[in-house]
Amino acid sequence: MNPLLQVSKLRLSYPGRGFRSAAPEVLRGVSLDIAPGETVGLVGESGSGKTTLGRAVLGLAAPTSGSITFDGNDITAASQRERRKLARDIQVVFQDPYTSLNPALQIADILSEPLIAQGQKPADARRSVTALLDKVGLPADSAARYPREFSGGQRQRIAIARALALQPRLIVCDEPVSALDLTTQARILDLLIDLQRETGVAYLFITHDLSVVRHISHRIAVMFRGELVETGPTAQVTEEPESNYTRRLVLASPTADPDRQRQRREARRMLSHSASTT
Amino acid sequence: MTTPSIGQTTDVGAANAPKRIGAFRRIISTPLGLFSVIILLSIVMLGILEPVLRGHDPNTAELSAINAPPGTPGYFLGADQNGRDIWSRVLASINVSVISALIGSGVAVAIGSIFGLISGYIGKRLDGVLAWLFSLLMTFPAMILIMVLQPITGGTYQTMMALFGIFISPGIFWLVRNLVIGVKNELYVDAAKVSGLSNRRILSRHVLYVVRGPIIISAAFMATAAIGIQAGLAFLGFGSGQDANFGTMTGDAFLNIYRAPLQLLWPSLFLALMNAALVLLGNAYRDALAGPQAVAPRQKKKQSAAKLEVTKPLEAHPQSAEVSASARAELLSVRNLRVSYPNLDGTRKEVVKGTSLFIRPGEIVGLVGESGSGKSQTAFSILGLLPKQAEVSADVMNLAGDSLLQQDGKLLRRMRGSVISYIPQEPMSNLDPSFTIGSQLVEGLRASMSKKEAKETALALLARVGITDPERTFKSYPHQISGGMAQRVLIAGAVAPRPKLLIADEPTTALDVTVQAEILDLLRDLQGELGMGVLLVTHNFGVVADLCDRVLVMRDGEIVEGGHVRTIFRNPSHPYTQELISSILDEATVRTDPELVGVKEHK
Repeated sequence: MNPLLQVSKLRLSYPGRGFRSAAPEVLRGVSLDIAPGETVGLVGESGSGKTTLGRAVLGLAAPTSGSITFDGNDITAASQRERRKLARDIQVVFQDPYTSLNPALQIADILSEPLIAQGQKPADARRSVTALLDKVGLPADSAARYPREFSGGQRQRIAIARALALQPRLIVCDEPVSALDLTTQARILDLLIDLQRETGVAYLFITHDLSVVRHISHRIAVMFRGELVETGPTAQVTEEPESNYTRRLVLASPTADPDRQRQRREARRMLSHSASTT
Repeated sequence: MTTPSIGQTTDVGAANAPKRIGAFRRIISTPLGLFSVIILLSIVMLGILEPVLRGHDPNTAELSAINAPPGTPGYFLGADQNGRDIWSRVLASINVSVISALIGSGVAVAIGSIFGLISGYIGKRLDGVLAWLFSLLMTFPAMILIMVLQPITGGTYQTMMALFGIFISPGIFWLVRNLVIGVKNELYVDAAKVSGLSNRRILSRHVLYVVRGPIIISAAFMATAAIGIQAGLAFLGFGSGQDANFGTMTGDAFLNIYRAPLQLLWPSLFLALMNAALVLLGNAYRDALAGPQAVAPRQKKKQSAAKLEVTKPLEAHPQSAEVSASARAELLSVRNLRVSYPNLDGTRKEVVKGTSLFIRPGEIVGLVGESGSGKSQTAFSILGLLPKQAEVSADVMNLAGDSLLQQDGKLLRRMRGSVISYIPQEPMSNLDPSFTIGSQLVEGLRASMSKKEAKETALALLARVGITDPERTFKSYPHQISGGMAQRVLIAGAVAPRPKLLIADEPTTALDVTVQAEILDLLRDLQGELGMGVLLVTHNFGVVADLCDRVLVMRDGEIVEGGHVRTIFRNPSHPYTQELISSILDEATVRTDPELVGVKEHK
């Protein structure tokens, strides 16, 4: 079976500041694929390039070399018109629910906009808003409200509803729960999993939080300084990591149990000690 | 998580009572806005109704009326030295001014915002070219060029104003361009792109909507400039002297000032009223866009709000006997702490509702809760760092034997420097970008030692907090170091006076996990070394498990449960704590259900 999304040897550098200055390379030959209905967790620390990879898939950042293939078609350098068509298949949920919704628009406008952009009649688009709100567990009367009237978790539900509006096959989730409270976070993750079971959508789930990625991913890819250091099934990567960096990452994330955390802390110290002596 | 918690709670509350007031309604709801709108509208109406209101043609000279004083029958405001009716001329001048304002600001807004939108949104080389062109336009002396170009423009005030509009359009261009560059990077614009919206739609729906407010405000100011320039040029005699306008009127009256000084008053008065109303309207609109601001109700003003006050006498407290007995063993003890903020309608919203807590010397206490639970507010009220609108009260707030209640600023400042220290959430925004790390550290130490000693101490501290090259970091500016390093620097500054109590507000939330682990190690080591008590405000239970001896769980301004860290994790008794603990993503379970479409291993 063909993968839904295939990223191969992707390189990307942002233009440096000033005339003829060196362009720092953010992605250094990244290869990754995602099957239909699968969640791939992309883990890494700030500056590792994980967000940039997501933006490249979305067409918001232009790769310097390598290719991105979606459903067999090369979309590495898709034109604006092709991108507009791709909007039906690839969607996004951003990290910050406070800035990812236009504060000046009503929820109904936010949700119907992608549909209208794809050529639906405004009246039809408006009608599907209620169904979308229902899908993400928000009351129908939310439609006439503004984003500022909602809490962070509710806003993230709206952002998910917007991503679902076009019934995409892939959603790039860029840290969708990092800005949320613990209880809200768990609920949003459950919502995402339920929606996946219902619709068969695939997720590229970008996060820095190992416990989140463990909860939602089928496979995990670990990114470090623009390269993938490890890819594999979730249980394998988080329990028996092969790469040294992944091991450090796993041991550095604190677990919510004082005694197990103590063991983990000591294991981490041992690791960093052996790393510094060798 | 820190200060915005107030805002966040109102977000949630607002969901029940949506209140939508348009910008215009908000303008006329303020006295300033209402006043300026009324003046402006009446002046414009006078101009529109000119044919009805005027008694004579503004240019008809009547020999018998030369220098007629105000009140002369048929000449309401009198007549000028040519015997023309001043009232009619004022009405005609109003029309000229209004049209000048519309043309001048209209041309400037049209040119400036169209090119500003293009330049800011498309950017790259086009932006460079347009920015250069508008900079060039800015260097032209507008007024002189308008005068020089008079033979070409034909001297009608309309063309002169159109020209003026072109010359002042760079103001709008720069404003719009810079705003668009800001909005362009907003996530909702990215989301719109991903949704497949065309550029035109994104610009008109998402970008223009946000930048319209500032454009309207500066258009109001440009309108006053156009009115002034038009009158000024006419006063100097440029343009056809035939039409009545405020410029020629003041010019004529000026020549006649010794005979009929009052003639100068009328055009000046209307000119001033018009310009003042426009400027004030612009200001009122800006205020309306800025949104409603919380105003502390009057009757509360007599108390200095941020200052602490004792609500009840200590003796009245039922547990006061126990309190004083245990107080000696406690580093910090707080009883019945309340923090409230004014609402818009004058009532107060309580964000901390009578919390009591204590910290023993050398103990690490975690204060956990979700956003808006009041945990940061509690920590800040102990530090005395809440904003002015906050009203804080407590029965007891003792730190190392001293009461923090009703302290004057000086003593509190000394306490903050020596007994109590603070580590913030965002290390970068807590360092001043314009000074070196060294100078900021030394500044804090200078209070108690010489400059040389302070430098040595600072270097030693930097080495102590695990910075490998202290000399270099000492000389660096904040933007040259990473977030983890910045947090180490702040920790160095916080532990420098060997405080007895350290308050850390989400000290690792903004950091990567590997850096977080190192910072937690550092905090643990320093705590052991200095034996200080720590109040750790956090939402992360992993951090709590790593560092804390005792945990307090907070919700809606109240501490619902407190206890030993193992008890809280294993046998939480309060339902809310149970809910929180169960929301922690369990590490033992990984997602095992297969992908829907039945794709198995992919590698």
